[in-house]
Amino acid sequence: MSVLLSRVTPVPRARPARRSSSRWWHLLLAPIALLFALPFVQMFLTALTPASEINKFPPAFIPAHLTLDGFVRLFQTSGILLWMRNTIVVSGVGVLSHMVLCSLAGYGFARLRFRGRNLGFFAIVATIMIPTQLLMVPTYILFTRLGLIDTLGAAIVPWLASAFGIFLMRQFFLSLPAELEEAAMLDGCTRLQVFFRVVLPLARPALATLAIFTLLGSWNDLVWPLIAINNDQAFTLQLGITNFQGARRTDWSLLMAGNVVATLPLIAFFIAAQKQFLATMTFSGIKG
Amino acid sequence: MAATTVFSSRSERGRGRETAARGATAQQSAERRRQIRRRSLRADFEGWGFVGPAMVIVLGLSVFPAVWAFLLSLQKWNGFSTPTNVGLANYATMITDGQLRAAVNHTVLYTALFVPTSVLLGLFLAVALNRRIVLVGIYRTAIFLPFVASAASTGILTTYLFNPQYGLVNNVLRVLGLPQQGWLENPSQAMVVITLMSLWGQAAFTTVIYLAALQDIPGELLEAARIDGANVWQSFWHVTFPQLAPVTVFVTIWQTIGAIQLFDLVYTTTRGGPLNATETIVYYMWKSAFKNLEFGYGSAVAYGLFAVTLIITIGVVLYSRRTKVEAF
Repeated sequence: MSVLLSRVTPVPRARPARRSSSRWWHLLLAPIALLFALPFVQMFLTALTPASEINKFPPAFIPAHLTLDGFVRLFQTSGILLWMRNTIVVSGVGVLSHMVLCSLAGYGFARLRFRGRNLGFFAIVATIMIPTQLLMVPTYILFTRLGLIDTLGAAIVPWLASAFGIFLMRQFFLSLPAELEEAAMLDGCTRLQVFFRVVLPLARPALATLAIFTLLGSWNDLVWPLIAINNDQAFTLQLGITNFQGARRTDWSLLMAGNVVATLPLIAFFIAAQKQFLATMTFSGIKG
Repeated sequence: MAATTVFSSRSERGRGRETAARGATAQQSAERRRQIRRRSLRADFEGWGFVGPAMVIVLGLSVFPAVWAFLLSLQKWNGFSTPTNVGLANYATMITDGQLRAAVNHTVLYTALFVPTSVLLGLFLAVALNRRIVLVGIYRTAIFLPFVASAASTGILTTYLFNPQYGLVNNVLRVLGLPQQGWLENPSQAMVVITLMSLWGQAAFTTVIYLAALQDIPGELLEAARIDGANVWQSFWHVTFPQLAPVTVFVTIWQTIGAIQLFDLVYTTTRGGPLNATETIVYYMWKSAFKNLEFGYGSAVAYGLFAVTLIITIGVVLYSRRTKVEAF
């Protein structure tokens, strides 16, 4: 993992290549880029295609008419707005909680001296090895006993903090010079004041990585909500649109409209903050 | 005598003063020790105050359930009745379980399809995107963007694009005059379709990592190779590729671990079908635990998978140590 951890800004700065060969690279890259773009293009197009055209045979590549009927049906006949709200709550709480708890813990492990520190940090790193499916059954039983199953709380709690987040923040704080903090301590600040006034403002790049990691993971999470939430009042967006596949199997424009609603926020965010996203991806194998 | 008395008294006095002084030092050092202890207690308090809340959540949702899962794997329990201890019976069942063996085969098939292609595709795309040509920003965005697509979203797109009746893929085949395919409805094609869509969603990951590694190769190395008369192809295989070896080991392990845990894209496309052809280990585990309510057996399968993951990781790390490829 250390190969990757040395880089926080991996955004490609292209090295100049010989111009003569660039035409060949275009011939290779243009079709590949088109192929990669195609599923999303289909998603938007299908969401806007009238149902009568989708089921026509042979299917047309480009719809003759565009309509918002799919979106209208989606908003009128499903709980999509509620699910959207639920997902925003899960991701919002997750990102905030990650930023506070993981940076506190990361700072503690990087700077403070106390008994049990190394053992504690070792335990945290060791948990990164534990695969999530090992935890599903006991966590399900635990959450049942806590009364969290079938509530939004079940989706929120696992995103409050993570070993990866603690690790990321610790590595970042280790790279900061300690002099500023020492000066602030001499001026009479307490540790907590130093942390919030001096350290956190300097940690913006690491916090951005942490926020994107948490946002992407919590927004797209399907497996755990699928197990823990069976009540459509507490559905997340991902759970909601997955459920469509059973119930609305043939209503493709509605399905794709739901897909657009669930995916567009992340697409927009990715395009707006591409650099930060790439940095986050290099730092971790989120989807792996 | 008097002198002695004086002396003795003086010395006594002196001794008295000495003991008093010594007593004071002892008192002081005890005080200091107490102070240090208090201070270190305060440091412990402070330290655990900082790391405690996050640790409770992380360990409470990982180590604690992991231990519990092991205890569950020694039981037969459906979540309602009283659990019965069965020792290692669940693990013994795994060995003879034909469905599990089939799930292992499907997982191995997916891993064999997905890991090499994702690593090679990432390497290829990184090399291609690592040059200053016009439009490269657009190419990059197009290739990286699918990374934000969730499994749910990818699943819906897959079932639509590969739909045998009105899907885009068969439509293209029809226009080209090629035979129509069953795709997700064909047991021998379904896993290939899932692999293709996994690649779509995850090519960005290996690409970004290779891109970062390519930037780190010193320009002088390639320069030297060029001066020595190596062509582009030769300098890639003899200079660039060896430099990328640690990254290749890393992404291979990472993608393998991810691949043998495949679940969500199967759930959102085929639900294990057709004819169980895409039922993976984790899918089977999920079915055992949450559909058939065999909590004990599900946990045992999860532990089996964990063991395999660990063995693969340790094996690759040891191998790369021996071959002097420092990936970790």
